[in-house]
Amino acid sequence: MKIHEYQAKDLLAARGVAVPKSKVAFSPVEARAAAEEIIEATGNEVVVVKAQIHAGGRGKGRFKEDPELGGVKVVKGAEEAEAIAKRMLGKTLVTVQTGPEGKVVKRLLVEQGVDIDRELYLGMTLDRAIGRNVLMASTEGGMEIEEVAAKTPEKILKEAIDPAVGLVPFQGRKVAFGLGLSGTAYKKMLPFLSALVRAYEDLDCSLLEINPLVVTKQGEVLALDAKANFDDNALYRHKDVEDLRDPDEENAAELEAKSWDLSYVDLDGNIGCMVNGAGLAMATMDIIQYFGGKPANFLDVGGGANAEKVAAAFKIITRDPNVKAILVNIFGGIMRCDVIAEGVINAVKEVGLSVPLVVRLEGTNVAQGKKMLEESGLPITTAASLKEAAQRAVELAK
Amino acid sequence: MSILVDKNTRLLVQGITGKTGLFHAEKSLEYGTQVVAGVTPGKGGQTVLDGRVPVFDTVADAVAKTGANASVIFVPPPFAADAIMEAADAEIPLIVAVTEGIPVADMIKVKRYLDGRPSRLIGPNCPGVITPDQCRIGIMPGYIHKPGRIGVVSRSGTLTYEAVFQLSELGLGQTTAVGIGGDPVNGTDFVDVLRMFNEDPATEGIVMIGEIGGSAEEAGAAYIQAEVEKPVVGFIAGTTAPPGKRMGHAGAIISGGKGTAEAKLAALREAGVHIADTPSDIGETMARALG
Repeated sequence: MKIHEYQAKDLLAARGVAVPKSKVAFSPVEARAAAEEIIEATGNEVVVVKAQIHAGGRGKGRFKEDPELGGVKVVKGAEEAEAIAKRMLGKTLVTVQTGPEGKVVKRLLVEQGVDIDRELYLGMTLDRAIGRNVLMASTEGGMEIEEVAAKTPEKILKEAIDPAVGLVPFQGRKVAFGLGLSGTAYKKMLPFLSALVRAYEDLDCSLLEINPLVVTKQGEVLALDAKANFDDNALYRHKDVEDLRDPDEENAAELEAKSWDLSYVDLDGNIGCMVNGAGLAMATMDIIQYFGGKPANFLDVGGGANAEKVAAAFKIITRDPNVKAILVNIFGGIMRCDVIAEGVINAVKEVGLSVPLVVRLEGTNVAQGKKMLEESGLPITTAASLKEAAQRAVELAK
Repeated sequence: MSILVDKNTRLLVQGITGKTGLFHAEKSLEYGTQVVAGVTPGKGGQTVLDGRVPVFDTVADAVAKTGANASVIFVPPPFAADAIMEAADAEIPLIVAVTEGIPVADMIKVKRYLDGRPSRLIGPNCPGVITPDQCRIGIMPGYIHKPGRIGVVSRSGTLTYEAVFQLSELGLGQTTAVGIGGDPVNGTDFVDVLRMFNEDPATEGIVMIGEIGGSAEEAGAAYIQAEVEKPVVGFIAGTTAPPGKRMGHAGAIISGGKGTAEAKLAALREAGVHIADTPSDIGETMARALG
């Protein structure tokens, strides 16, 4: 799960990570009030208005309706903040990560301007190869870390965190010295790092990225940007994080699937897929492409699905207007083929069937499942193997 | 021969009084597995499955009374890490965690806890381990497996069934099939299982099924290149998966350009692995590779 920058900063600030003074705004009037408040508190007229969307590259991005304007704007005074807010809210921001369609901006972060001396990078994520979280730092703040890793891997400092002891102070010192910090900035960096690592662990993050981390001319160390992703498996113990979900940023079909405990990912092809098991679901997408088609979605109905859940999955697929054929591929282990058949038949009876449906069943109770499909009298094409099913679906979608 | 489990395996089921645990304990019993004990804290002293399996409060107790030497975990995600560590504390040699949805942070702790202990963890989020006609641990449909000469190792459940089914249909069968699970942090990786199959004289060929995310397949490919002379057939799921999206399994995600199917396939080809173009071709590809 992803959240907005302002939400990430709130969570971090509450855990002792230093962030600039800022406030979220949903309207130009709120942006003005936020700017006034910040200017009064800091005595500095310079504030930054930042579009809040779940995509990076906002600074370099441009608004579709207002090509002169980027997603991050430095302004002077509350009046100017309000004017910029007017130009951003409700408009579509296109960045390298949004795709050409862009994303509509509905929230802004108004933040104090800071005198930047240095821009650094800090990140934390899981290193799967060693099964531990790793703190990463680089002097190349503001750059994509993947790019730094590819071009100058020696510039990335890494410290693996032992789950039994957390970040050990010497590791913090290694990072701080490695980044070339000294004096006040060095002293401020150590608690910053330990607070960041603790926040990552407390919140069950899967990624925490501070890019850039800035050192101000006064020697303050501040998270100028913050990106936080969370381990979906751990959300059950973080109701406060789950509440930060922004439905505007999520695909409606994916959200509905989630409510049914279905694993669904929307894609741009025209063959709807319903499969049991994540690996087989991916492989089904792959074989569709292998035979020249394009999958419209990834959908894993899971191991313990009942007829009701299968029907819900089927409805989500049929609602996608791009879908020109549907491929159901089930290898029944725990999942019984007769249950799948029942779910498919019920769903077709309820919502109708306007596109060809190819069903391939194998595994537990396969004979019974196939018989039910045949006796239903519904226009369902059955296939003996996955290969045959994929070929048929690709033909029928043309 | 086989790896990990055989007819002498004495299985303990943690979470045996839950719906899934009980269902699969019964399936394993029917398959001929020695299911010697169950554990559900607070339900010690009861029996399940018509008195055939005694239930204990703790793993230590179950091991002391029944000599269980393998455990399967059917405990819900919030409590699964605890259950795995309890099994490791009792020094059970083989722990198979079926549970899907364990938080990554919990698995990081589990992995650390297992360091230096004699237990091997398979999974989590895996279908389990089966040696045909001898021992079934997990959730796979037993009847599709046939005793034979191919070792199967996979990150996916149903995709494994697909491969196993084809191998059985072609008369090649399996020595053992191992699901290592779809989570980003797991107990046993491809290299561990490839080594066991490589050293098992009954295993004449190996099927390795990977998917996008991480670099376990690349590590496996490096091991194959260095050590394995038996034919290996590989399949990688997720060629069409978009980057940045989690494809069902917590570990199946391309992030920062890492973990793509292309990179994994290239590594496997480089190592001399026979690549199955589609999941329907896994069995045939092995038959050809065996000559």
